[in-house]
Amino acid sequence: MTSNLAPAAAPSGEPHIRRLIVIWVVLSAIGVALVVFALGPHMPPWTFSDEARDQRNINIMLAALATPVLLAVWMALVYSIVAFRQRGVAIVDGTPIHGGGRLEVAWIVVTTLIVVSLAVAGTAALFGTTKGAGGGQGPDPLAVPHGSLPPLQVQVIGQQWAWTFRYPAFGGVETTQIAIPAGRVIALHVTSLDVNHSFWAIRLGVKADAIPGSDNVAFVRPRRPGSFRIRCAELCGLWHGHMFTTGLVLTPAAFSSWIRRQVVANAAATRTLPPYSTHYFPEPLRRAG
Amino acid sequence: MSRGARLLAVAGATAVAVALVAIYVADFLAANPTPLRAAPAPRGAQLTLQTVASYGHDPHPDWVSYLARDGSGKWHHTTIFKVPAHALVRVTVYQYDTATGLRNPFWSQVRGTVGNTMTVDGRTLHALPPDDASHTFAIPELGVSVPLKGVGDNAPNQCSVAPCTAAQAHTTVTFTFRTGNPGRFRWQCFVPCAASFVFGNGGPMQSIGWMDGYVQVV
Amino acid sequence: MSDVAFEQHAPRPAAAPPWWRRLIGFNLLAASALGIGGWFLGHWVGTRITIGMDSQLGTDQNDIATFMGFLFAVSGWLIGLGFLNYPLGRMLGRPPSLREKEEEGPGRYFRLCTDHKVVGMQYFVTILLFFLIAGLNAMFIRAELLTPKEKLWNANQYLSLVGLHGTMMLMMMSAAILGPFANYFVPIMIGARRMAFPRLESLSFWLVPPAGLILLSAVALGGFPTGWTGYAPLANTARAGMDAYLFAFALIGLSMTIVGANMLATVLTMRAPGMTWTRLPIFVWGVICTSVLMVLAAPVLFATLSMVALDRTADTSFFLASAGGSPFLYTNLFWFFGHPEVYILALPGFGVVLEILPVFSRKPLWGYRLAVAGMLGVTLLSFMVWQHHLFVSGMNADLRPFYMLTTELISVPTGFIFLNGLGTLWRGRIRFTVPMLFAMAFFSNFLIGGLSGVFLSDVPSDVSTHGSYFVMAHFHYTIMGGLVFALFAATYYWLPKMTGLRFNETLAKIHFWGMFVFFNFTFAPLFVAGMLGMPRRVSVYSSSLQGINDFVSVSAFLLGLSMLVFLINLVYSTVFARVPAEANPWHSRGLEFQLPTPIPVRNFERTPVIESGPYEYGVPGAPPVAALGRPAVAGGGGSSP
Repeated sequence: MTSNLAPAAAPSGEPHIRRLIVIWVVLSAIGVALVVFALGPHMPPWTFSDEARDQRNINIMLAALATPVLLAVWMALVYSIVAFRQRGVAIVDGTPIHGGGRLEVAWIVVTTLIVVSLAVAGTAALFGTTKGAGGGQGPDPLAVPHGSLPPLQVQVIGQQWAWTFRYPAFGGVETTQIAIPAGRVIALHVTSLDVNHSFWAIRLGVKADAIPGSDNVAFVRPRRPGSFRIRCAELCGLWHGHMFTTGLVLTPAAFSSWIRRQVVANAAATRTLPPYSTHYFPEPLRRAG
Repeated sequence: MSRGARLLAVAGATAVAVALVAIYVADFLAANPTPLRAAPAPRGAQLTLQTVASYGHDPHPDWVSYLARDGSGKWHHTTIFKVPAHALVRVTVYQYDTATGLRNPFWSQVRGTVGNTMTVDGRTLHALPPDDASHTFAIPELGVSVPLKGVGDNAPNQCSVAPCTAAQAHTTVTFTFRTGNPGRFRWQCFVPCAASFVFGNGGPMQSIGWMDGYVQVV
Repeated sequence: MSDVAFEQHAPRPAAAPPWWRRLIGFNLLAASALGIGGWFLGHWVGTRITIGMDSQLGTDQNDIATFMGFLFAVSGWLIGLGFLNYPLGRMLGRPPSLREKEEEGPGRYFRLCTDHKVVGMQYFVTILLFFLIAGLNAMFIRAELLTPKEKLWNANQYLSLVGLHGTMMLMMMSAAILGPFANYFVPIMIGARRMAFPRLESLSFWLVPPAGLILLSAVALGGFPTGWTGYAPLANTARAGMDAYLFAFALIGLSMTIVGANMLATVLTMRAPGMTWTRLPIFVWGVICTSVLMVLAAPVLFATLSMVALDRTADTSFFLASAGGSPFLYTNLFWFFGHPEVYILALPGFGVVLEILPVFSRKPLWGYRLAVAGMLGVTLLSFMVWQHHLFVSGMNADLRPFYMLTTELISVPTGFIFLNGLGTLWRGRIRFTVPMLFAMAFFSNFLIGGLSGVFLSDVPSDVSTHGSYFVMAHFHYTIMGGLVFALFAATYYWLPKMTGLRFNETLAKIHFWGMFVFFNFTFAPLFVAGMLGMPRRVSVYSSSLQGINDFVSVSAFLLGLSMLVFLINLVYSTVFARVPAEANPWHSRGLEFQLPTPIPVRNFERTPVIESGPYEYGVPGAPPVAALGRPAVAGGGGSSP
């Protein structure tokens, strides 16, 4: 094999690098501005609840951080392809550089700092304003948000294949629709009667797995009246894709009258229900064959 | 090998592959119970169903199942029904299975039917005691949910092979629901009625053609 | 086992027997017959021993009989291939030997053969076949998603398609690079004549076809509703197709464990003189790290699936909350395997692209030690992150910051690989060959996959993206954009050496551009669909998302078409055109390319002495990579020295 010496024409890397950095800074500034100001206001999961808004902010932050990284790698890739392309059939060796100690150390330090600060920011968001960021926190939430009123407890029951909801503060009434008052912290207690499901209301910024025999608490404070879509986000069998429904956020007054109507309309059903519990074990285990 | 022989071999392999894919699509992916059109009735349609504790034939003689009756009175093993849009659909279910009881007693109420009622052996009811339910007929996207009363555990002359006959122990449930725009809606049973399966939710409870199906509003 | 065994040649019969006589013996034919017979025998035995067991018989799906059938079928398959001959012979006092290695002719591809090059080719064809089947299922999935309501397939068939696509891909892709390319080239790259355990190597391959076929048999058993994750307790209630999933995936777990142990033993003990750890090709480092993951993670998969199988057959209740078990046990065990599995898929890809970049940049690999450190770092960290799959499951919430940190830390060693890649390209003399195109596309795709992974690792962001199409797009960017692109890079790079035939370059470039463009068209929009609230594994979605989904489906069909271009190229180049490839078509310094094509059965005439690293392109005065002694015999010579 021919082992050519470094081609004489190859200049040192300096002008390449300076050019690249300038392009990268300009493009990154434009890219980040676009992400924050153009995409940001439309970034899911929007601002319907405090939790959704916090998640949206994190999404914007991550997208804004990802943009320069994406650009840096893409640009280095494209620049190399264009600037260092070898045309024709001749096999010519490149500059034999085995590595660059300082660059390697700098890369390690910078990437470590970025990801550690991301983890810190994520942890801060987890324990910050929204306490749990709308995710399921298990039976004993570490972080409980404070409000002027104590959290309103609503139980979400997943079963193959429907969601039902129980309101322990209103005699344990069970409904097929969920309605919650705006401006108040809601404690969603998610559980299941058979297999794993996952309660996902994207506009509310809530996702919590429904696991049989376990109580999974997620907090949410909706900011204004409206409606939200609920879907199952954990494969739960045949009709998993059909396990959706629409929930309502009502003004406190409208909520009071809605829940009173539900108590009356479902009085007969409520009498047959088992006493309210944070979780139910699927019984019977088997039907005799 | 000559060029022709190689061409032939590749063409043969391609043909076999295409044939296997065709069998896969036809036999598995496109396999569905035959849809059954509900019999016409004044202002809508009449759907006549029965539930059996054990189907009694291959491929699953021990599974619980729904069956549907066509206009000529013949029973078909299908759970895909065609009903007219913007019409009243009157459903009659001959219920031959014994009670299992609801896991979530909430479904013991009759919901989404005209007047939120059903008749059981001629008596008009709004609900069942949860433990008396044998199956439910529920179309969640249309809000319809009707619990079906089981026959007594000690009733004489119980049916074990589909289709069951009028002489065998059963309860008769009727109800009417109103259809809206055309569409394809799933229906299912909420009683954990699959015998011997864990939670009673396996097998027939997760299989179209047994305890699940589609209502096609056309 | 001593190399002395090689020198003992079985005398060959003078006259060739009639063709039909050659079909009889321990080969694929006997294996198929015994496998099918084994299924019926096992099923019959299972039916006999379950008489009176109501939990089995009342369901009309005797899971015990199904498992017994699978077990007997696989046993029959292996006996038919002759895997018992050697152990039984040893028990009867026969001397140790490696006779299977000495075989010649096309027949060796259809039987137990201990030549690692034969096993590599067997793997390549098998994996490709199952890859195409799994890809076809993806086409069927996308066909359904053209409309926002169920139209083409019913709910059960749709879920079965999802499960078959996912499981088949995960099963086959786990060995997509290790199977064909590591088996073929690792011994050659380290200057060895064979693997450490040649019979186990053959066993690891011969477990793959029955695993794939058993998984496909789920179709005849009613499908399975759980997707590739097989979550209990849904798996406890599922139909008999679930047994096929459990048995097939467990077989692959077994195969992966064997592959990993064998690769580790080979690299640790069989390196040629002078093959120091810093001269080891980077691909071999990727294989080492993957093997560590396989040895440590795959047994967990085997155990987990066995527990589900026990739940379904012996009525244990590991995963039933109401009987003392826990659904969390399953999710934790599964992802303890599942997350390393993700890197079992990614690390060989790292190895392949870093192996290829120096060859076509004509430059040394930039930061060799950093690359090795990156791979080892990923290997170590990948065992500490699994609970990020369970951020919203209600697991101990105190642990979430820890898993958030470890998950985000894993992007540091992954970042090393990017720095290595870019540093290698920088001031190189880049030639746009097809393997190079795939290797560079790998970086673009994996970058998007990695950056989207940061969203998923951040708990607040994960709350909205978990279980959505965002996740689905993310892991397709890492697995398909990463592993599969690396797989094709490896295929175009090494297959000419393996077959001795050149690919048609025009078709190969059409394949690359079609695949690169339509891969991105298919999966980039799915990030948006997921962000807007479309959950995974559903055939019913909001009608406002139909535009995105239709675009994705059409792109997916075109992506499928690009795979067809590859298949046509493969068949055209190997069956019709048959243009011979040079021994070193890429002017690579890799040891494997210093050997003649086809590579002799014993690889090296005498043990090579490694004299320099494999990437010393352009280094003044760098010696050739190895002293091969006398030039190896050109042509298909083979076994006689």
